[in-house]
Amino acid sequence: MTVALTLACATQAFGQTPKVAAKGASDYGIPQVAEINKGIRQVWTDNNMIPSPPATDSEWCRRVYLDLLGRVPSVAELRSFAAIKDSDRKAKLVNKLLHDEAYLEEYARNWTTIWTNILIGRTGGTEQNTLINREGMQKYLRDTFASNKPYDRMVTEIVSATGSTTPGEMNFNGATNFYVMKLDENAAQATAMTAKIFLGLQVQCTQCHNHPFNDWKQQKFWEFNAFFRQTKANRKQMPGMRMVQSVDLVNVDFKGEGKGGAQDEAIIFYELRNGLLSSAFPVFVDGKEGSRSGNANYANRRGELAKMIVGSEYMEKTIANRMWHHFLGYGFTKPIDDMGPHNTATHPELLDYLGKEVRKANFDLKELMKWITLSEAYSLSSRITPGNKADDPLLGETPKFTHFYLRNMRAEELYESLITATEAEKTKGDYAEQEKLKSSWLQQFNTTFGNDEGDEQTTFNGTIPQALMMMNGDLVKKAVSTEQGSFLQKVATSNMRPADKIDYLFHAALGRSPNGNEVTAANQLMQLRGGNSAAALQDIFWAALNANEFILQH
Amino acid sequence: MQTSVPSGMSRRHFMSHVAGASAMTIPALTMGQSIRTHAADLKKNGKAAILLWMSGGPSTMDIWDLKPGASTGGPFKPISTAGDVQICEHMPQTAKVMDKLAIIRSMSTREADHMRGRYYMHTGYVPNPNIEHPSYGAVLSHELIDSRSSGLEIPPFVSVGGGSVGPGFLGMAWAPFVVGSNGQVRNLDMGIEENRLMQRMAALDMIEKNFIGQSRGSAASDHEKILKKTLNLMTSEQMEAFKVNKEPKEVQERYGNDGFGRGCLMARRLVEAGVPFVEVDLGGWDNHQNIFATLGTGMNPKLAVLDRAMSALVEDLTQRGMIENTAIMWMGEFSRTPRINGTTGRDHWARSWSVVVGGAGMKGGIAVGKTNADGTSVDTEPYTSQDVMASVCKALGISLETTFTSKSGRPMKIANSGKVIKELFV
Repeated sequence: MTVALTLACATQAFGQTPKVAAKGASDYGIPQVAEINKGIRQVWTDNNMIPSPPATDSEWCRRVYLDLLGRVPSVAELRSFAAIKDSDRKAKLVNKLLHDEAYLEEYARNWTTIWTNILIGRTGGTEQNTLINREGMQKYLRDTFASNKPYDRMVTEIVSATGSTTPGEMNFNGATNFYVMKLDENAAQATAMTAKIFLGLQVQCTQCHNHPFNDWKQQKFWEFNAFFRQTKANRKQMPGMRMVQSVDLVNVDFKGEGKGGAQDEAIIFYELRNGLLSSAFPVFVDGKEGSRSGNANYANRRGELAKMIVGSEYMEKTIANRMWHHFLGYGFTKPIDDMGPHNTATHPELLDYLGKEVRKANFDLKELMKWITLSEAYSLSSRITPGNKADDPLLGETPKFTHFYLRNMRAEELYESLITATEAEKTKGDYAEQEKLKSSWLQQFNTTFGNDEGDEQTTFNGTIPQALMMMNGDLVKKAVSTEQGSFLQKVATSNMRPADKIDYLFHAALGRSPNGNEVTAANQLMQLRGGNSAAALQDIFWAALNANEFILQH
Repeated sequence: MQTSVPSGMSRRHFMSHVAGASAMTIPALTMGQSIRTHAADLKKNGKAAILLWMSGGPSTMDIWDLKPGASTGGPFKPISTAGDVQICEHMPQTAKVMDKLAIIRSMSTREADHMRGRYYMHTGYVPNPNIEHPSYGAVLSHELIDSRSSGLEIPPFVSVGGGSVGPGFLGMAWAPFVVGSNGQVRNLDMGIEENRLMQRMAALDMIEKNFIGQSRGSAASDHEKILKKTLNLMTSEQMEAFKVNKEPKEVQERYGNDGFGRGCLMARRLVEAGVPFVEVDLGGWDNHQNIFATLGTGMNPKLAVLDRAMSALVEDLTQRGMIENTAIMWMGEFSRTPRINGTTGRDHWARSWSVVVGGAGMKGGIAVGKTNADGTSVDTEPYTSQDVMASVCKALGISLETTFTSKSGRPMKIANSGKVIKELFV
């Protein structure tokens, strides 16, 4: 590492063109990994940049646990990875986390969290008088990820979903929770969110006018919108009460709008900015026309739409972009769900390629995850070197992925990581109860803007409220508790040597051993606590958990 | 080796200790040291701004620019005010202080999507995938806090009951400090004695430095700044400013016993304590249905909430002589369609609408600009988010030549080169 650094400095100093090392990183014999590495390297060469050296094994290990399972590895897991010396140990670990039965529940939990937030937001289903059943949405997604359902099937099921939102109902279909709150104003939200999430197209502005930046026109919005006009959300009230018990998402006959509406030519109207009316029938973004009939038995408009979405290359690129963003911190476009000629991708060919490959792999998302996590870009250190200092997306540069970009853990990741780091046993309550606990903790960071689009914001963004939570919050207080039976008490009373105890805590929080200064500081804390080693360990562990090295994905 | 865990050390001593060990912490040190000494100056000279943010896009032609008789006009009637303008009958208290406020009736913008409009009205820039612009709260607090020797320990940019928009490339140290309108800041106490806290902080500092020392970029070093600020906050007596329940009952009632009322009262207290920028959020303006009942005639109407708090705030600032130094802004992300839709609501509209400003030497009691008879277009020179911001900067004595450079070298002029609205200054 030192050598690489020195070399990079030297070439910079002499003003020579830095050269990317000719020897590529390992591709584990996987062609897609080789292709990703080639595509990413090309941009380094084009920009005269030298990548950072690889991350340490334990850094990489922590990374992959966080991104695949949504939590840091335990000390035991770190050690077991360190014990493998094979050259394909990384591939082995990725395969284990993706396919081993032991990790199935955590894998499904993590991706359920991620997709719940994408589909209904962090607050969907938590507010009063909501039609969304968050538990139902999660149940659907958990089944989806636990069975590794292909992504195209998941999209089809969500887009064409009918049935009840609520678990326990006869016709329960959790996938319906995506649309139940998005049907107001002639399903404007359903239109905008479907385009954004599954096709990477932001069309919400075109509801009222032609898009100022991309080539979406108002007409297209309403043509896309026409696919949703058979959809209704029927509320089922609790007997004798006004509260909604469940919602049935159903397809009904759509007779078309206006006078003389005819069901076999079910037309919709919308208002142009000059006040004139215009009309639309279902047409997909690529110009492919849907059936004009509004008769639900004859033509299922959302069913047709789902087929068109799944067949389109927008969808494959969008999922590739979303996944790349998840693992690397930045997508090929920013934002990831606003693609198109107005927002060129940083690596357009690679994005195309990944989209096509994931389709070829029958939309098995685990394959895509494997390619990305085993790529060279994902393996690089987050240390910035002179040869790639200019690659800083925070400063408005397009990402070149010459080093791993730091990012805040998501709130959910932090929660699960704290539980892992403190070996808190997950015996308290079943899955649903654990999720409820987590969710009530998460709500302290979430606010909604209260507009009809359901926009929301999280204050879990690295600022003071988050720092206060980490310093003094209940969760961290519990994590550093020294009460009988607590993690720290167990460490303190174990037969490890004092130095090993400190080492253990550093591994639990930071995935590494303490350096010389940190050891000295820890020893001094031991002295200051006058032999109360539990109290000293508490201070050390508190410090480690509050360090940015813990709260950042690096 | 010199260890850095302090034993038996006061907070002030600790801060200088930490500062001595690393150049990174010097800003925190200067913040910590000058506190009480400059507090008096700070109050005397402190320029500040308060943004009343109406999340959802309020229908300004039902509040500030009524069109009685027009088919688009709605049922509300105009009333006279202490200024040379008329406003909505449901704003009687505010009417009495309109001599302090100016309505800019010729706003014309292009963003009619909530998130885009929110970003634009908070930054003066339209969203751009390649750069995150700092919000006005970050920019103004950055400028105003530099212009005085600040002893401020609470964050310079406080957002009450909402969230505002982030600091963009200025970095997390300028992020809004978001608090609920109850004034309670969560997780403020560690529950251990100060000595031990300082020792913990020293150990933490060591781990931080190790990581930052490895050249990990600004996200890592920003965190260190946040930690210092958080520590300042935890031990600060200035936290009293958040406690609106310390105010006399009748004052609390005048502002209104609701989130927005408490938020406005908190804004006054925070500005008094030296905070240069406070944003207070009042949501619920996305009135696609039943707009008139929601605003004025239904149960618990929105305008009554606004009227109470806004008028009390202006009154208090005036009474305390603070209005000369405090700019007030009232705005949302856009307004609503002149056309009343089929569900007695109004939809999104950005082409002709109003914002309200006042204080800090800006002329009150006037309306700037005009819309046409049915409110569908602006008849006079159109103004933008940038123009409002440029005017507020001028009022606060901030040079419009101020330029920020995003570290990629992209220069960003304060207020995006907006033009000063002249009528506010004659």
